[in-house]
Amino acid sequence: MTQAAPQLAPLSRRPTYPFSAIVGQEAMKQALVLAAVEPALGGVLIFGDRGTGKSTAVRALAALLPMIEAVAGCPVNSPRVDMVPDWARVTDLTLVKKPTPVVDLPLGVTEDRVVGALDIERAISRGEKAYEPGLLARANRGFLYIDEVNLLEDHIVDLLLDVAQSGENVVERDGLSIRHPARFVLVGSGNPEEGELRPQLIDRFGLSVEVTTPREPKERVEVLIRRDTYDRDPQAFAAAWGAEDAALCARILAARARIAAIEAPSPVLYDCATLCLAVGADGLRGELTLLKAARAMAALEGAAKVTRAHLRAVAPMVLTHRLRRDPLDEAGQGARISRILAEHLP
Amino acid sequence: MTETPLSRALAAFALDPCALGGLWLYGRASPLRDQVLGALTGALPLPQRRIHPAIQDEALQGGMDLALTLQAGRRITRPGILSNPAVLIVPMAERVGPGLAARLAQALDQGRHALVALDESAGPDEALAPALADRMGIFLDLSTAPPEDLVLPDLDPARRGLPLVELPQGGAADLVRAAQALGIAPLRGLLAALALARALAALDGVALATAAHLAEAAALALSHRARPVDEADAEPEMPPDMPDDTPSEAKGEPQDLSLSDMIIAATRAQLPPGLLERLAQGPARMAQGGKGAGQVKSGNRHGRPLSARPGRPETPAALDLLATLRAAAPWQSLRRAEDPRPLALLLRPSDLRIRRRAEQSDRLLIFALDASGSSAVARLAEAKGAVELFLAEAYVKRDHVALLSFRNTGAELLLPPTRSLARTKARLAGMPGGGGTPLAAGLDLGLATALQARRRGMTPMLAVLTDGRGNIDRAGSPGRAGAEVDALQAARAIRAAGLACLVLDVSQRPQPELAMLAATMGARYLALPRAQAGTLARTLTAALPD
Repeated sequence: MTQAAPQLAPLSRRPTYPFSAIVGQEAMKQALVLAAVEPALGGVLIFGDRGTGKSTAVRALAALLPMIEAVAGCPVNSPRVDMVPDWARVTDLTLVKKPTPVVDLPLGVTEDRVVGALDIERAISRGEKAYEPGLLARANRGFLYIDEVNLLEDHIVDLLLDVAQSGENVVERDGLSIRHPARFVLVGSGNPEEGELRPQLIDRFGLSVEVTTPREPKERVEVLIRRDTYDRDPQAFAAAWGAEDAALCARILAARARIAAIEAPSPVLYDCATLCLAVGADGLRGELTLLKAARAMAALEGAAKVTRAHLRAVAPMVLTHRLRRDPLDEAGQGARISRILAEHLP
Repeated sequence: MTETPLSRALAAFALDPCALGGLWLYGRASPLRDQVLGALTGALPLPQRRIHPAIQDEALQGGMDLALTLQAGRRITRPGILSNPAVLIVPMAERVGPGLAARLAQALDQGRHALVALDESAGPDEALAPALADRMGIFLDLSTAPPEDLVLPDLDPARRGLPLVELPQGGAADLVRAAQALGIAPLRGLLAALALARALAALDGVALATAAHLAEAAALALSHRARPVDEADAEPEMPPDMPDDTPSEAKGEPQDLSLSDMIIAATRAQLPPGLLERLAQGPARMAQGGKGAGQVKSGNRHGRPLSARPGRPETPAALDLLATLRAAAPWQSLRRAEDPRPLALLLRPSDLRIRRRAEQSDRLLIFALDASGSSAVARLAEAKGAVELFLAEAYVKRDHVALLSFRNTGAELLLPPTRSLARTKARLAGMPGGGGTPLAAGLDLGLATALQARRRGMTPMLAVLTDGRGNIDRAGSPGRAGAEVDALQAARAIRAAGLACLVLDVSQRPQPELAMLAATMGARYLALPRAQAGTLARTLTAALPD
């Protein structure tokens, strides 16, 4: 299908709202940072009220991350020339710095747009059968953000989760047979009042956090003032928070470099298994995600190995949505998790 | 030129539309609305683009112009409406579905567009999509406003002054306090109020916005977000200590508390009574995806699209143009060699592709609950329990659920079709009981709800839970004979509509009259004396078709 919209005119492009300047919403920020450290966590699901800075946070995080090095003309942002897929017929093979891609997946998007399809232009003008990459290709090595994921058509969500898990987009359609890497951090957000996500899908997200509108007047005033300052002079506001963003970026990079070397002693592995059993999570996905998240947490904190404290910090994000639950029971899943934590990780 | 509240609000919006997000004009087409739009045309700093609620992505985001591309034989793109900064005017904004709303919301968030939503909603089941409603800075109710001659002042001086306007000390804190009292949780409205206060001050040519500006801004920006008093009062009390107040108190301004009171009073005064009722229903009124006539895409979601397959387009199967072009494209150079005609595209019948969709429209379960006094309180609780259990299954199957009850003199739709279980459960728990049994009214409403859902492409099913014969007729007056005639009539209408339904007799002893009614409806009749919630749910599941 057609490529993305023509890019917005650069003159009015304002700097993104800085990640560090987001007031409160610690769980959401923590989950996003963990996903940035360990993209293999399997995505983040953010559910909550409107106007709580869900999309602001995603965009801000991507803006904060360092530029990635990629082949200039490559549709899947390949880091090295030899990794450029052959169907891409890239002409410009120079390595350039690109910002971490954040691709928005709009509601009502067609499957063609998502996975890619036959390139009509080439087909019509040159009679060639060529592949035109879709949104999944553009999101490779970056973030794929779906606002209102609960309103997205089910078959598209299935497809996304599948690709997110395998890290590869396989296209078998229109006589095309193409595969290309599609490794991205999937971030979904939504408002549960407008419809729930299928339970089968919820636990395929690695982390889930719930955001609520701040109730504390002081916090609300702070949100207003910061946002207002930003709206009036985005450049100056971004500059004022630049140092904090840079420090966070450095922490994320250091954590990425460290994460492979972090040990997970066997008592911690037992703890993971015990917690998942207590929660009643299906399969082993819970344990693996819990371990990965705890490891990312340890890396962020500069620890040499995973400890119970790390597990405790990440367990609510990893387990809340895996609780074997009664869909009608709205009473505190968070409370159940803390009870289980207190019971099994004394 | 005289300044009226309306012209002032419009001027404030026109000053910096993008900062305010949007203007929500409520009311049908009227001379006043035309005047408002006319006045804005001259005053807005950005070009205006009209968009229709059924606008396609291509037009919005830009993309390939298929017709031109075919003619020219090379890709010809055209820019979309969102490619350049503009004020988007959306007539019939209540029909904007969630997909378009999400895209527009995204555009608004980038701060280069503003939206004028012409909300013409009539009934309580229509309203602006919440994603958009939340981003509209100003709400104006034109439906009751008297016509007036609108003249907007020259905005250039105010526009120059706008960047320099400062807010009063502690203004944000007062606003937050007022919003808390009004029960407004989302923060977007408050940001709009701040921007609006600045715009109003700039209109007055002052460099420091006053408390009066803030109150005026709050009235325009917050009134449509306020919740009715009783709900708002349930909000947690704010802690009394507010460190942010100290600066204004230090300056010796005793009006600090009264300012937030002023904001509350101004905002409340702006509230039209009927509107509040509609707002209280919240997101229930969200426009469903693809509703209404004239929309080519069928119904709600007629299953997921399958890949197109070769075939001739006939009435039920639509031609898939893109797939057809794709099929034809690779052959063009070959065909060109043997076909000298100067056609841009050489199509063969074998290229034609038709669209296919997996038949899998959403199920809707309509529960009609008899909440009359005769349906003793205990039985009502059991029926509620059964519906709850069934909801849990509906949740897994992604079924939609609607809930209506009939009691006293009429029937009431407690919950329009939804997938949100939390809300269903809340409505169910709060369902009152008592009074007569207006069975006919209940059946009528059930049928109406089902037909409406069917028009949206859903597959509705009706489950009637009652304990016996009706004793209230359609007009709401008591009398068993009249009630029975009406109920049978309603039942025949249901049969004529071919609606899948089920009658659950929850009385102490099975009622032959109810069995007869079920037969007239073409419904399955199940007597469940002493039903337990668990058995009820199992019966329902077994009785309804998949």
